[in-house]
Amino acid sequence: MSKEVVLDVDGLRMRYGTTDVLNDVTFQARHGEVLALLGPNGAGKTTTIEILEGFRMRSAGRVQVLGSDPAHGDERWRARLGVVLQSWRDHGKWRVRELLAHLGTYYASYSSDMIQRPWDADELIQAVGLTEHAGKKIKTLSGGQRRRLDVAIGIVGRPELLFLDEPTAGFDPKARHEFHDLVHRLADDHETTILLTTHDLDEAGKLADRIMILTGGLIIADGSADELARRIAGEDEVRWTHDGQHFVTSTTESTEFVRGLFSRYGKGISELEVRRASLEDTYMALVRQGEAAARESKETAR
Amino acid sequence: MNPTTTAIRAGWARGLIELRQSFTNGADLLSHLLWPVLMLIVMYFMRDTGFGSSGLLLGTLALPSILGMNAALGMVSMSQQLTAEREDGTLLRAKATPNGMRGYLVGKVVSVAGGLLADLAILLIPGLFIVDGLVAGSPGAWLTLAWVLVLGMVATLPIGAVLGSVFPSARSQGLIQLPILGMIAISGIFYPITSMPEWLQWVAQVSPIYWLGLGMRSALLPDAAVGVEIGESWRHLETAGVLGAWAVLGLAVAPIVLRRMARRESGSSVAERREKALQRVG
Repeated sequence: MSKEVVLDVDGLRMRYGTTDVLNDVTFQARHGEVLALLGPNGAGKTTTIEILEGFRMRSAGRVQVLGSDPAHGDERWRARLGVVLQSWRDHGKWRVRELLAHLGTYYASYSSDMIQRPWDADELIQAVGLTEHAGKKIKTLSGGQRRRLDVAIGIVGRPELLFLDEPTAGFDPKARHEFHDLVHRLADDHETTILLTTHDLDEAGKLADRIMILTGGLIIADGSADELARRIAGEDEVRWTHDGQHFVTSTTESTEFVRGLFSRYGKGISELEVRRASLEDTYMALVRQGEAAARESKETAR
Repeated sequence: MNPTTTAIRAGWARGLIELRQSFTNGADLLSHLLWPVLMLIVMYFMRDTGFGSSGLLLGTLALPSILGMNAALGMVSMSQQLTAEREDGTLLRAKATPNGMRGYLVGKVVSVAGGLLADLAILLIPGLFIVDGLVAGSPGAWLTLAWVLVLGMVATLPIGAVLGSVFPSARSQGLIQLPILGMIAISGIFYPITSMPEWLQWVAQVSPIYWLGLGMRSALLPDAAVGVEIGESWRHLETAGVLGAWAVLGLAVAPIVLRRMARRESGSSVAERREKALQRVG
């Protein structure tokens, strides 16, 4: 499991004026991993991703993206990255195929033995499901189609590392599902390392091998969906009926609790229901903790 | 093939694609045709009006001057397109592509310069039939026209790129139109500069618009027309000097300003401007 580290962030800080947006962000990503950066709005997700993309200068900390500091990344480095930002509305007069073929030409001189660049425009259009729109002007695409084109542009150079900032914002459930398939294919078939931001927990759980929760400028949790749910002493909910009365209790040790119930009341227990702490509960608990901690540290600083 | 060559080729292809787009959609086509057609109508009605006792016709004097003015206005479209494409994220897209910025700029120069040449032809070719007294038959005339035009574009397009980088939004672009219209008014385009007060003549001679107009008149007007110019000379040396100075200045400053502007582009800055633009509408 010791695959090459493609993203290495250590003590990243970002300060605008006197406001700290990122306090001390530290994480790593290995080749082929899909990482989700999850957090409430304004948590610093976009700032983090823009620093990694080389679009924004950081205030402090060490950052290595594909072995280079993104603040000084050259064009060869740039060719190995794919970037999908939150909102694009450029190239409205261009046609889908025309733009993909054009942008692909910039990558041609960065082909390697391992990776043939760029992705063939027609194949790519098919991969993102835009074949019937290939000849359309981009400004006539619907929101979901436009977003799929954005992703196609992001991967036209067959990136080794792909950044996706809120990729499914404004998608309907079907488009979202198709998009998830596409991300899975990129990760599985092409071994693309992917860092995506989202505030949708469900999406993070479905797409990512690892979830990092960013709030108050800090990563407060980092692990797989299961690990996160386990790590926080998530409180399971146990409901049962005894003597015609309904009971509800929250406990971290639901199995032990139920065993106790049975040994005490035996057959007197009915309608037993155990609800495991969901990832969503875990997330909300973590975010609340993180926000409280951030408030506290601000007050101490004052 | 090395990446720089790739980028220049890609930029060239990009310019041609944009050029084709701008001649195949209604709105752009209208903007290509509107001014030349209006100018041609004006010239048609001016064609028999003489200027003073020089024996020259106003329409004859105006056609080359207007050509010069239009050539200088390439600067405005350069600047407008840069600002608009910064706002809609085109520049950021270029930034996210390897050598994309270089390709983008090459493309922009090709499409703006190409559009300009097409616009000049749209005006000049019918103009030659409407207006009498031009010396369009001699090869010397076309040679002069060519060097003035090329030098004029090298002088004005970088200024346009600088203006497009400095102004934050498409709206503030409107502000730079006013001084440019003012420069046009005093640059001897619609009326010979020698009939203006001397201090205004000095102001006008700083601007590339005046020299482009003068250069075009020197190419297309008969020698007798030199009588209405300053110093009764076509002043080719000075034309090359002033346009050359603007070119050097522009080419020196533009890369610095463009680089600074490009460095500041990020997803959030594009989103922010988009937000502002939406607020203005709402």
